[in-house]
Order: sequence, then C-alpha cells, then structure tokens
Amino acid sequence: MKIAIASGKGGTGKTTFATNLAYVLAEAGRRVQYVDCDVEEPNGHIFLRPEILRTTPATVATPEVDAAKCTGCNACGRICQYSAIVALKGAALTFEQLCHSCGGCVRVCPVGAITEKPKVIGHVEEGIARGVTFLQGRLEIGDVRSPALIKQVKARIEAGVATIVDAPPGTTCPVVETVRDADFVVLVTEPTPFGLHDLKLAVAMVRHLGKTFSVVINRSGAGDDGVKRFCRDEGITITMELADDRRIAEAYSSGRMAAEALPEYRRCFEEAARALGIL
Amino acid sequence: MKELVVISGKGGTGKTSVTAAFAALAQNAVLADCDVDAADLHLVLEPRIMETQDFVGGKRARINAAACDGCGTCLEVCRFDAVTRTQGADAEGPFRIDAIACEGCGVCAAFCPRRAIAFEDCVNGRWFVSKTRFGPMVHAELGIAEENSGKLVSLIRREARRIGESQGKDLLIVDGSPGIGCPVIASITGADAVLIVTEPTLSGRHDLGRVAQLAANLRAPAMVCINKADLNPEIARDIERDAQKRGIAVAGRIRYTDAFTKAQMKKRSIVECDDGPAAEDTRNLWSKVNDGF
Repeated sequence: MKIAIASGKGGTGKTTFATNLAYVLAEAGRRVQYVDCDVEEPNGHIFLRPEILRTTPATVATPEVDAAKCTGCNACGRICQYSAIVALKGAALTFEQLCHSCGGCVRVCPVGAITEKPKVIGHVEEGIARGVTFLQGRLEIGDVRSPALIKQVKARIEAGVATIVDAPPGTTCPVVETVRDADFVVLVTEPTPFGLHDLKLAVAMVRHLGKTFSVVINRSGAGDDGVKRFCRDEGITITMELADDRRIAEAYSSGRMAAEALPEYRRCFEEAARALGIL
Repeated sequence: MKELVVISGKGGTGKTSVTAAFAALAQNAVLADCDVDAADLHLVLEPRIMETQDFVGGKRARINAAACDGCGTCLEVCRFDAVTRTQGADAEGPFRIDAIACEGCGVCAAFCPRRAIAFEDCVNGRWFVSKTRFGPMVHAELGIAEENSGKLVSLIRREARRIGESQGKDLLIVDGSPGIGCPVIASITGADAVLIVTEPTLSGRHDLGRVAQLAANLRAPAMVCINKADLNPEIARDIERDAQKRGIAVAGRIRYTDAFTKAQMKKRSIVECDDGPAAEDTRNLWSKVNDGF
C-alpha cells in the first residue's frame, strides 16, 4: 500500500502528517517506509532523524557534442523543444539546464556527433530511522529537474511494505510525478480560504489522475468551516482533524513530532492509520 | 521600475499574506502572482479581470489511431513511458499517448514512419490582466496537472513589467512560489530584490538555507523576514545568525498571532483591518524593505 501525502498549498502539514503516521506505525511494530519526494525542500529527515546508510547520485542523460564531427546542420536544434541545443555558427552548443533528456538530438544527428553523458541533478539517500525505513531525494540547488529525481527516488521503494510518500506542494509536474502511481492520496489542508482554494485544485488534480483520496484538516478550529462544507458537499472523507494547538507548532519548530512529544495526539495518528487500513 | 519578489523556500510561511500587505502599503505598484501552482493572492485582492489570454506552454503528441500501423517506433523512442498499446500490453493494434506522462519532446512525432503522430500546441492554462483596489495585477491559472509553470511565471513577470512601465509605476511586487525549482528560478532571476519569508522552525531554517543559496547563485539580492518569530525565539536567533553569515539583511520579525488568518477570512490584507502587533510588525517590515532599495 503506497499512500501519497499531498496538499496544493504549501505549509499545511504534509510532513507533520506523514512523519507522525510513519512513527506510530513503526512504534506498533509494523514495517513501514517513509519516502520524501519533496526533493526541493525535503524536511522529513528533521523529524525522523535517520541514519543515512547509502547516498546515490541521481543523474540524467545530457548531450555532448563532438565538435570535430558536427557539421552545424542544426537538426538537433530543430528537434529540441526546450532550446537546450542549437547550432548557429559552427558546432552545436548545449544548455544543460534546459535539457529534458528526451534523446531526440542524439537520434536525429545525421553524423553521430552527439553522445550522452550523465549529469548529476541530486542525490537519493537511504537509511533507517527508529524502525522506519527512510528514503529521500535532495535536488541540487539550481537544478529544475525535480520530476526526474522523484522518479529515481520512487524506483527505490520496496514493494509490499506500507509506504508513506511525502509529496511536494503544488499541483503541477513534481506532484503529478509523485502521486501518479500511489494507491491512495491524502490531501492535507487547513481551514482557511487559502487552504480551501488550494484544496479544490488538489482535488481536481487527484480526480484527473483517477486516484482515490481523503482529506486531513490541520490547525482545525483556526479558521472557518469552508473546508468541512466542501468535503461534505463533495462526499469526501475526512480522515483526521488535528487541532490548532500552539504546543504542536512549538514541538514542530524544534523538530519533534506531535505523536512523540504530546502523548494525547498519538491516538489521533493511530486512528488515522487504522482509517487508512495500514494499522 | 524596481521589482521585489517574495519567496519562502518552505511553503505556508506567509508569502501571500505579506505580499498582500505590501500591495496595500505601496503607493503606485503593479502586482503579479507568480505562484501559478496554487495562486491565492486574488483571494485577498479580489481582482476585476479586464483581459484573459490562453497560455500555450508547449506542445503535446497525439496519435491518429487510423493512421497508426502499430510498428512500435514511438514506444521505442519515448523516454517518458508515455506510449501504451490501446488494447493491453501484448495485443497488436494502435498505440496511444498518455497526456499526463507526455513531456512534449516531439521525438515520437519526428520518427514515426507513418507520420501518424500530430504534435500540436497545447493550452496549459490562462492568464489575466486585472484591476485591484491597489493597482493593476497580472495573474494566472494553470490547467489541472499541467506543466511549464516556469514559462508561465516568466510570461506573467514580463507582462506585469510592461503594464507597470506603461502606467508609470515605480514598483513591481511579485508573489512567488515555495521550493527552489523552475517557478522559483523563473521568478527571481533578474529581480532587484528578493524577500524570503521564513518561520523559526528547523524546517524553515533548513529550507531558507537552500533558497538563500539559490538566490545567491542567481545574484538576486536577498532579505529575510521571520514570521511567527516568537514561536521559537532561539531558532529565530539562529536564523538571524545564518542570514548575517550569508550577508543577508534581516528586514523584520512578525509576531505570532491569529491576525493573518482573521484578515484572510475577511478577504483583506492585515494592514487594512487590524492594528495589533502583527500588523505593526508588517508595517515596519515594509518600511525597512522599501528603504532597502
């Protein structure tokens, strides 16, 4: 069972929910893996404090032009949709950051002047955190290819184990890449107009992808009842509500999970895990 | 015209609430919402849309089933697992393209021996030119599960700049997106100043480190604001020390109250409907930021 935790709006509590869920499962003696696919800003490690046992560079293929062979015909420039390669005068030039690694230039070059070399876009880190199998991606600063890195993180997920996947915020490519092969999606929101607006976008996205999903309301009681009304009208299950409690925010600020620091909240996460069918 | 971009690294630290307050406090500014993944600024600024345009971010491949003879070239050349058989994995028959997986590279269309693949412009969203109570605003709506958000961000900034210049505005205020990926890079490249809104949590501090490094690499002059500063004063101090080491000015601290949430529910910026501590801090922040460039 692979459950993706996503949100639309950033900072609603994806990582809070994901890490606490993994923690209570491990405490109950279940095998569980936590996977941080928010590769731009991975934060799960702050709470689970894993021992990293293996770091693997993640690479994508980018073109390299043999200037001696290149005739400057610009067939590569014409096929490339991303302006990542072009021959204006003389041999073709590449712009690595724009490359999507489609391989079109290599294939189309009539004189075989283009080969591919691996380019590091980030790292995949694997470890163990108090009984939780830990996996995360960390994008190189300045790189834009988070979906490619997310794909490589997901390739290391062990099948047959309860898996909690922490998604990036938003509703576009990195989130779609994270969520597209999940068995279930939990959308974490907060009861505010911003939270509701972005929840609607996230709901549209998971419906478009054909996923079953539920909602978790964080900071419950802080705003209005718009999110609850929306869920009721749309027939969306609310898996959990986490109270707007400054103590949770304070624990969070210093890297402690609510289920760990505040025993009364542990049961909430256990109940959520049961509702999701993984405990 | 100067350009200020508000970003955060970590999501949910208060970028949009701060941007909305700046919109209210600035005189003669043009506004742009570049958080195109999850745009919220319009919920406070209530723009009146004057002009709507399609955003064509890229192209997408589509197989004409009648012309496809099932040779499998597209399947072989596609690097994005976007090509599948229409009738199960083993059956003979035409192929189809999964629009969600398709990256729009066009390699399948270029190499299809039957020329059975159309490669067409794809509308990824819409963008708007609007009027708000604080001045003109350019914003957008990306389609569901769409891509090319970096291109859309560049387009919105360009349009906002054009409108601002034609109307004699002296400031462009941009609401950015969380993270360090393509929309963020597209929103801060070439900006005159970047304000990073963070919070005193280990996550906020960690993410600030990465986004500040990105801003430095792109030579975008950065400032920091610590929202909810009294939630954890110790980490707030650590963040200030980090900022100092990086040569980033701390433009302000905002105290932790429910005033931002309350303002949001009234569809107002905090400085329009509140005169408590958080509103006062936000006003001070604005004068510091405004003086900064």
